[in-house]
Amino acid sequence: MSTSHRKPAKPAHHGTHQDAAAKHHRDLLASMLLIRRFEERCVELYSAAKIRGFVHLYIGEEAVAAGVLDALGPADAVVSTYREHGHALARGVPTDAVMAEMYGKATGCSRGRGGSMHLFDTSRRFYGGNAIVGGGIPLAAGLALAEKMRGGPGAVCCFFGDGAFAEGEFHETANLAVLWGLPLLLACENNLYAMGTPLRAEHGQTDLAMRAASYGMPAWAVDGMDVLAVEDAARRAVEGIRAGHGPYFLELRTYRFRAHSMYDPDRYRDKAEVEHWRTRDPVMLLERRMRSAGELDDASYAELDRRCTDEVDRAVAAAEAAPVEPVGDLLRYVGTVPGDLPEAR
Amino acid sequence: MATATTTYREALREALREALSADDRVFLMGEDVGKYGGSFGVSLGLVEEFGPERVRDTPLSESAFVGTGIGAAIAGMRPVVEVMTVNFSLLALDQILNNAATLRHMSGGQLSVPVVIRMTTGAGRQLAAQHSHSLEGWYAHIPGIRVLAPATLEDARGMLAPALADPDPVVIFEHGSLYNVSGELAPVEGPLDVASAAVRRSGDDVTLLTYGGSLPKVLSAADLLAGEGISAEVVDLRSLRPLDDATIMASVARTHRAVVVDEGWRTGSLAAEVSARITEQAFYELDAPVGRVCSAEVPIPYARHLEEAALPQAEGVAAAAREAVGHRG
Repeated sequence: MSTSHRKPAKPAHHGTHQDAAAKHHRDLLASMLLIRRFEERCVELYSAAKIRGFVHLYIGEEAVAAGVLDALGPADAVVSTYREHGHALARGVPTDAVMAEMYGKATGCSRGRGGSMHLFDTSRRFYGGNAIVGGGIPLAAGLALAEKMRGGPGAVCCFFGDGAFAEGEFHETANLAVLWGLPLLLACENNLYAMGTPLRAEHGQTDLAMRAASYGMPAWAVDGMDVLAVEDAARRAVEGIRAGHGPYFLELRTYRFRAHSMYDPDRYRDKAEVEHWRTRDPVMLLERRMRSAGELDDASYAELDRRCTDEVDRAVAAAEAAPVEPVGDLLRYVGTVPGDLPEAR
Repeated sequence: MATATTTYREALREALREALSADDRVFLMGEDVGKYGGSFGVSLGLVEEFGPERVRDTPLSESAFVGTGIGAAIAGMRPVVEVMTVNFSLLALDQILNNAATLRHMSGGQLSVPVVIRMTTGAGRQLAAQHSHSLEGWYAHIPGIRVLAPATLEDARGMLAPALADPDPVVIFEHGSLYNVSGELAPVEGPLDVASAAVRRSGDDVTLLTYGGSLPKVLSAADLLAGEGISAEVVDLRSLRPLDDATIMASVARTHRAVVVDEGWRTGSLAAEVSARITEQAFYELDAPVGRVCSAEVPIPYARHLEEAALPQAEGVAAAAREAVGHRG
């Protein structure tokens, strides 16, 4: 399958600067649209009982994954949360493998052992979704420590939410990462709700970037609905990290349009609030900007959209047809058995 | 080869020194492992020898530094994480249970977590309820990790290397009463087998099964029993997960009686697991019910006489053995 549209754009030798920018914008739009179409299909599949478990949708937050991950390269590593479909897809984990994992199939990116909340792809240095809020943050620090001790060029990006900002693991790790100068991007997706608890009911001081800065690292807030602003901020942070300035913190101010999970009746938010945020839909914002710059028209948008829908269709068809793990393999991958060793990196 | 006099503490340190010398990927981290030398003096001198990058003091953030060790292990390093005591490991239990033990499985076999987590365990030093836990049984409950309990100088010296060679997480419990134990230690010859239990004393009448800090007490009990004409076999479990069923059952098949000694609380203890396995696998070999000597079901008290009464002691082990032997099948 084609993943070319998710790679960072490089100016073509024969193209103009405007062409390069237009292509780059198309890549970002495609990255966000794929996530949107993938998750819309997940809603249908969940309702049809094709996929089960907890499913946490990212719809509305696509600019964060698309923008931040565009600033990373293949040598960098990513640690995600249980709301991770967007991160996995934007990182280039094949759509087929993610969908098959949702189905619990053997062809899933975690062989059906993880499901929606635990997508892994070590070949893309995607170290998975963590379903304990804040639990991935120390892990990301460890990946960064290994990078630093080996003198590698990689940065580690750790996604987490405003809810995780209340966990001790965030604060412990922020301190440790500054102390040790770790190459770590702490990417806080502030979607204003920790499950159903609003930010103001969870944090005495709701300026998260300011609090992160108090640990002694560069930290600032970004409009998380504007993919270009996100990408620009992430690129500057990653440059600083690669220059050896230690960890950076970005507060990406975003909003989820759907409920916390498929189980959530969403009783704690005003419909008007959700509607207000929908006027700042990140896909729509970029689409409009591209149209006004003459980078996109109805036909090219429809073509892009169709490509994403087709990719999701193919992934669903493949997942439907895929085999499941034999029950006889139940106890595999618990401890190492001979012949069952993964390649150590 | 000539033996040398050493202590349990020095044997652990020598193992760390050897590991740090042998493999650039190995590093030690934990609270005060550097200049201070570790809370129990195990790493004394290592920071001077290997530098602060590889003997790394951490903030008092158990969850963060244990999780950092797990993350570094995933990335191909071989961290040895020292958690000062099992009591504080509860602050890192999320990382150990939800990350170290699960990542291989959740990732469909893509990830290895070759981290070693060392911690002190146990009571007996009048440190009261919050510093006297024996929670090895909790850790031994978890699939995905190996749990080791060195009780001898040889195991203190020899268990670290195979633990580091294991691609999966290994938790090593060092009983606080053992650090000053001294004795003769032969030079290391080849890698130590950490999968097997060891018969520390042979006997015919009853099998006493134990591990870690309870081993010296159980050997004392065997001495008491010998004076009474009861021949006790003492089995040191060594590996608490996985358990070496074969050695346990072979001994029970010879003696037909078993007493399990465990410093954890009796309810839901490791002793309960060992007892259940004997019942499942060697029921028809038994001439008496399997006995258990565990800690009393009370937070460990400070006062010396109360603490002693709460913990397994040689006399209590001997009494349980006598009772087992008193049963005639």
